[in-house]
Amino acid sequence: MSQPLLEVEHLRVEIPTRRGVLTALDDVSFAIAPGEVLGVVGESGAGKSLTGAAVIGLLEPPARVAGGRIGFAGRRIDDLADPAMRRLRGKEIGAIFQDPLTSLDPLYTIGSQLAETIRVHLGLGRAGARRRALELLNEVGIPAPERRIDQYPHQFSGGMRQRVVIALALAANPRLVIADEPTTALDVSIQAQIIALLRRLTREHGTAVMLVTHDMGVIAETADRVAVMYAGRIVEIGAVRDVVLRPQHPYTAGLMGAIPVLGARRERLLQIDGAMPRLGAIPGGCAFHPRCAHAFDRCRSERPELLPAGPSAAACWLHAEADHG
Amino acid sequence: MIAFILRRLVQSVAVMLTVGCIAFLLFRYVGDPVNNMVGQDTSLADRALLRQQLGLTDPAALQFARFLGRAAKGDFGVSYQYARPVGEIIAERLPATLELSIVAALLALAVGVPMGVYTGLHRTGLLSRLVMAFSLIGVSLPTFLIGILLIVVFSVELGWLPSFGRGAVVALGWWTTGLLTASGLKSLILPAITLALFQMTLIMRLVRAEMLEVLRTDYIKFARARGLPNRLVNFGHALKNALVPVITITGLQLGAIIAFAIITETVFQWPGMGFLIVQAIGFADIPVMAAYLMLVAFFFVAINLIVDLLYYAVDPRLRIERGGGAYGL
Repeated sequence: MSQPLLEVEHLRVEIPTRRGVLTALDDVSFAIAPGEVLGVVGESGAGKSLTGAAVIGLLEPPARVAGGRIGFAGRRIDDLADPAMRRLRGKEIGAIFQDPLTSLDPLYTIGSQLAETIRVHLGLGRAGARRRALELLNEVGIPAPERRIDQYPHQFSGGMRQRVVIALALAANPRLVIADEPTTALDVSIQAQIIALLRRLTREHGTAVMLVTHDMGVIAETADRVAVMYAGRIVEIGAVRDVVLRPQHPYTAGLMGAIPVLGARRERLLQIDGAMPRLGAIPGGCAFHPRCAHAFDRCRSERPELLPAGPSAAACWLHAEADHG
Repeated sequence: MIAFILRRLVQSVAVMLTVGCIAFLLFRYVGDPVNNMVGQDTSLADRALLRQQLGLTDPAALQFARFLGRAAKGDFGVSYQYARPVGEIIAERLPATLELSIVAALLALAVGVPMGVYTGLHRTGLLSRLVMAFSLIGVSLPTFLIGILLIVVFSVELGWLPSFGRGAVVALGWWTTGLLTASGLKSLILPAITLALFQMTLIMRLVRAEMLEVLRTDYIKFARARGLPNRLVNFGHALKNALVPVITITGLQLGAIIAFAIITETVFQWPGMGFLIVQAIGFADIPVMAAYLMLVAFFFVAINLIVDLLYYAVDPRLRIERGGGAYGL
């Protein structure tokens, strides 16, 4: 892999509450190369979105980065002061949120929202910003952009709004886009279009993507590599093909097993027994051990690190045991 | 747009007719108008003649129509107390009340909105906590008490400002204004603060609550993620969205300021309509009361109409979807 664009090392995010400090992300490390698409999967509450928010410096207080390092293009960014971080947001790192229906300000035309973003980052004049806005709308496949540019968000359908959101995220040609469940709120038929659009645009511009989702199908189609998160940690990371076809961590294997296959007759959908622990009640040792069919003594007492396992890396004692004896 | 305005106008007329009906019933059936006009020694025959002349023997519907027709021309009959046309008395008093109310409303907005924005943006700051504590006092203390406290401090103890009256006024046609003389302006300060304080704290708390609400929305998060400067996010996007509901409340409150100026005017002996109506109630001066009722109703209806139009101008969603009348009275 070439020099990584984004490097996250031992990231730890804490949320202080009245009943003590919760550790929402613990020892999260990964890297994204320029132009690479990294999928991040996991159950709700596993810390996927929080990781994205930490990278872009928009953790909602009281959540805070308590340790580790985030590097972007060779520069440390987790300790940047707000104005410097702001110049990075939108310009170098774009973001797409889950719900296109609520991502746009209802009181402004999409044209003015595009233009303000363009003017802030590219320093264009009024006319130049509008021209660029039209180009962008055209690029994301909005029909009749000359007419649509002066319309308000509520005049667009969900899919069209997400196209506008993508245009906004890509307005300044960022080198990295963090897409946080960009299709969850959309119709299934629209989801594929939006993913295809995102893939095409980021490929054309050489934009790296951190794609947060819980849809393994989207990951399999879109991502180059995938990180699987569980209870605030990465439990497995590797090339998509390896992780999907040869999962190394029992949790990943469970996730893959839970995808129903068309045509396969099954009485019941496969599922992983139990539920992911709440942040305040993460068990000692491996967080997954109470639900793991292969758990043994070491899993209950010692926390596994992310170590090479087959073609990928997994945080599981099964592999350490296999390697050492 | 035209249809919307027309619909609101029709609704306004309906409200005014209803209020007119109440005012008419008050005028006609609370006490006997003839008894109120004549002396004790007027003979029954004279009373019957006067009744005839005033049209009080006509059918009620006809009387109501006549009452409305006169009211539309500003003719509310003759005050029992002053034996002068009510329209004239009210026209004398109206400028005082309107000046006081508008200055109070502007003061409430000019202080309330910025303080609301500040406390919304700096939720946990020391200044925010102080302002919030202070605003609780403003919301909970009754107006007359605030007025009296201000008089005690600034008029009695410090002797800085006059405690009653309107000071010297300048006549501009039929309108008299106290805004052009030093004594008029000085006299305005205490009553305006008294009248504004409740609205100010109300607006501040409302703006703060709306700001907190809006700052949590996805489009504000997305605006930050787009790298827009804080100033643009906070004022261009958050404040504008927060102000949409504030417009309605503020509009209704302006009506309330005019209507509830009664207490402040009484405390400060302010020669406005509120002071007039308190005297009229004491004197059972029904024509003045009926006229005041209709005038206040008219202000409420007019302000509501303006608020609806403003709403329409600010929120693009209403311009397309029909049914913008959901935010009326």
